[in-house]
Amino acid sequence: MAKITLQHIRHSYTQNPSAPGDWALKELDAVWEDGTAYALLGPSGCGKTTLLNIISGLISPTEGRVLFGDRDVTDVPTSERHIAQVFQFPVVYDTMTVYDNLAFPLRNRGMDKVTVAKRVTEIARMLDLEGMLSERASGLTADGKQKISLGRGLVREEVNIIMFDEPLTVIDPHLKWLLRSKLKELHQRVGATMIYVTHDQTEALTFADRVVVIHEGTVVQVGTPVELFERPRHTFVGHFIGSPGMNLLPCETRAGNMIFSGCVVEVANPSSSDGDGKKLELGVRPEFVRFDQNGFEVELIKVDDLGRYQLIETRRGGHVIKMILSEESPVPVESPRIVFDPDHTWVYADSWVVS
Amino acid sequence: MKKTTNQKAWFLVTPVVILVALNALIPIMTVVNYSVQETFGDNVFFWEGMKWFEQVLRSERFHESFVRQIAFTGMILIIEIPLGIVVALSMPRKGPWVSVCLVLMALPLLIPWNVVGAMWNIFALPDIGLLGRMINGAGIEYNFTQHPVAAWFTTVLMDVWHWTSLVVLLAYAGLCSIPEAYYQAAKIDGATPWAVFRYIQLPKMKRVLTIAVLLRFMDSFMIYTEPFVLTGGGPGNTTTFLSIDLVKIALGQFDLGPAAAMSLVYFLIVLLVCWIFYTLMMRGEDKL
Amino acid sequence: MKHHKWIITTFYIVFLMLPIYWLLNMSFKTTNEILGTFSLWPREFTLDNYIKIFTDPTWYNGYINSITYVVINTVVSVSVALPAAYAFSRYRFLGDKHLFFWLLTNRMAPPAVFALPFFQLYSAMGLFDTHIAVALAHALFNIPLAVWILEGFMSGVPRELDETAYLDGYSFWRFFLKIFMPTIAAGIGVAAFFCFMYSWVELLLAKTLTSVAAKPIAATMTRTASTAGYELGLLAAAGALTIIPGAFVIYFVRNYIARGFALGRV
Repeated sequence: MAKITLQHIRHSYTQNPSAPGDWALKELDAVWEDGTAYALLGPSGCGKTTLLNIISGLISPTEGRVLFGDRDVTDVPTSERHIAQVFQFPVVYDTMTVYDNLAFPLRNRGMDKVTVAKRVTEIARMLDLEGMLSERASGLTADGKQKISLGRGLVREEVNIIMFDEPLTVIDPHLKWLLRSKLKELHQRVGATMIYVTHDQTEALTFADRVVVIHEGTVVQVGTPVELFERPRHTFVGHFIGSPGMNLLPCETRAGNMIFSGCVVEVANPSSSDGDGKKLELGVRPEFVRFDQNGFEVELIKVDDLGRYQLIETRRGGHVIKMILSEESPVPVESPRIVFDPDHTWVYADSWVVS
Repeated sequence: MKKTTNQKAWFLVTPVVILVALNALIPIMTVVNYSVQETFGDNVFFWEGMKWFEQVLRSERFHESFVRQIAFTGMILIIEIPLGIVVALSMPRKGPWVSVCLVLMALPLLIPWNVVGAMWNIFALPDIGLLGRMINGAGIEYNFTQHPVAAWFTTVLMDVWHWTSLVVLLAYAGLCSIPEAYYQAAKIDGATPWAVFRYIQLPKMKRVLTIAVLLRFMDSFMIYTEPFVLTGGGPGNTTTFLSIDLVKIALGQFDLGPAAAMSLVYFLIVLLVCWIFYTLMMRGEDKL
Repeated sequence: MKHHKWIITTFYIVFLMLPIYWLLNMSFKTTNEILGTFSLWPREFTLDNYIKIFTDPTWYNGYINSITYVVINTVVSVSVALPAAYAFSRYRFLGDKHLFFWLLTNRMAPPAVFALPFFQLYSAMGLFDTHIAVALAHALFNIPLAVWILEGFMSGVPRELDETAYLDGYSFWRFFLKIFMPTIAAGIGVAAFFCFMYSWVELLLAKTLTSVAAKPIAATMTRTASTAGYELGLLAAAGALTIIPGAFVIYFVRNYIARGFALGRV
């Protein structure tokens, strides 16, 4: 029904794209399941809004096809795709009341007054807007307006995909949390597929069932928040998610072993080849580094006590290695040695994890 | 929108107040001074009180000019505002043609007003002007120097030609300031182009259009050079608008008293109309 | 973009261009020919009118003078109007509504009323026949216009933008210059163009406040309506040439006017 299939999607904003840099979205193939909450996560300019607009039909992809279920919707206009979109800043029809705002999409499709009234009051109740139905929409606060935007999407029963383009950007910090919980609650009630674009990893990881990480126009990984944390398939995922991000250290292979700064390191995905001239890196999250006398020597640079945990900065061979330890763990001052948890240490070749 | 009360905002406004007040106070004092005095020359003035005001307000000549002025300004506004909006809506917003359109449209605004009057004078002449020839060639008898209707037609047409672009530019800039997201939301909501105009474009242009209407009202109400050069106020005095009449009195007869009184009455009329219009337009904007 | 929209724009532009074409037509004719015959192009093509303008110092100095004081006026008016418009748009303060309306009232009297008083005022300040005098005198009309236009555009920008910037650590001026001004670029473009335009075409005050050193092109042109009757060809050529600086200005600000709304964040 609302399974989204993207086939060979490529998009460029220039007329005759030639260089790789001309493509806002590089080759993309994906299948997204019905009813799931997805987050599109990535830094500014990585192409996530482009992807969102292709799905909603506001942009036509330069190449490729979009399918909803089995229906090819690539050439179907936005108003017929049964989608709703909430934008970065609140879009409401200022001259109308809240009621009329919510009723607008239904009236445009010729629904009768009784049905309209029923749907509008139902959605208003869901969004806690009931008391404000007769007020002018322009008088509401930013979070109220975003709710109206969302309401206009929910009020149409045939909507099965709802998209959010960084909707909490202009919301007051203390209201962000409330609105986020509301969105999660709505997802459980309504069951539509939800796609949430953001550059904030906290938003992405708390909202979504599955996260799609986008980097420079390419999807680098799709997975649950746990998967992204524990098994990042691309150095960008490792670096972008987590605070601080993954440690990335240059390494090399020698006789089937991974060597960092002259020491052998045990990894979860030992690579048999010697790299084929690709750039080899070791990735390990600070959470998975600990002090151990059997490890290799490092220089202790800094220890930050951050309440429930400690952030420790060490150095070896000119490279910084960060560690996160619980607050009670002892920090050896004399010739400290560290070890990487082998199950959570990965080898990357040219930024991609070696399989 | 929400405004916060902050008296320190006066600092931001001070330079403006200084520059404008500097220019405004002295002339006002001068005009008010003249309007209540009589002079027989030699810089000798006699206090006359309200005599000039009464004379002006009762004079039939003033009434006639006033009515003509209202008719003219009314026609101007009814034509130029909708036309300007329609043109602004139909102009391209992206692409190479934008520059071409903007530059070409701005050209009439840049011509000094006496040249505008002079060129339309020739342009509309029935024997040697393109417009005059075209209309007469189509079988309509047309001579703006002799027929009042033709004179009015030409004057109005000249003003429309000259000033509509001002409305277009303001409306266009206002339209371009509407974020794309509004149009996208309207697409998703299935809105018709008319609904987009009525619920998104027009409300967002309200402030800008208010400026356009006020500007056109003021400028057309005080219009002098163009019609004067075009028709001289004629034939007879059929196109003698308020300003033209005022200058005739002040310079022609050198009656400073009545002229100053008339200026003040003139000013007060404009002020009143603008104030009413502005208050109506901005009603409800400042809540919160 | 729908194609039927093109028809409206095209018709309008053709309508605008007809008299201008006629103006150009006249500028290449002699005054005799203009008044004597009807011709769609000059029977006796002459560059005399233009040559006269380019070689007679009174004429080309007129252009330079006009450009000088108009540019001064535009820069002063817009710069001063920007912070003031921001204050009106974002803050409430004592007398704000009255002050805002009062600004506009300065445009409600015919300029003729100001001629004599300005003459006295600026002579008394020793500024007669300077570019500054005309620039400042025009400021009376242009500053209110600039404030009103800019305020109109600023009010279209949601307050949330300011607050987000302050949350991100921007100081007021940095926010104003780097984020706010690009957002209201259309308003700045329009305001600057209108200040330029109104100052450029203003005749009466410019003539009254100058005699030789700062004499504007507009004043030189009224000379042609002299006792010898209208030197129409010359007037037409001068008129055609006055279009050019303004055309440059609008070309220069076109990007500002046509610019869409950019939130400053992606």
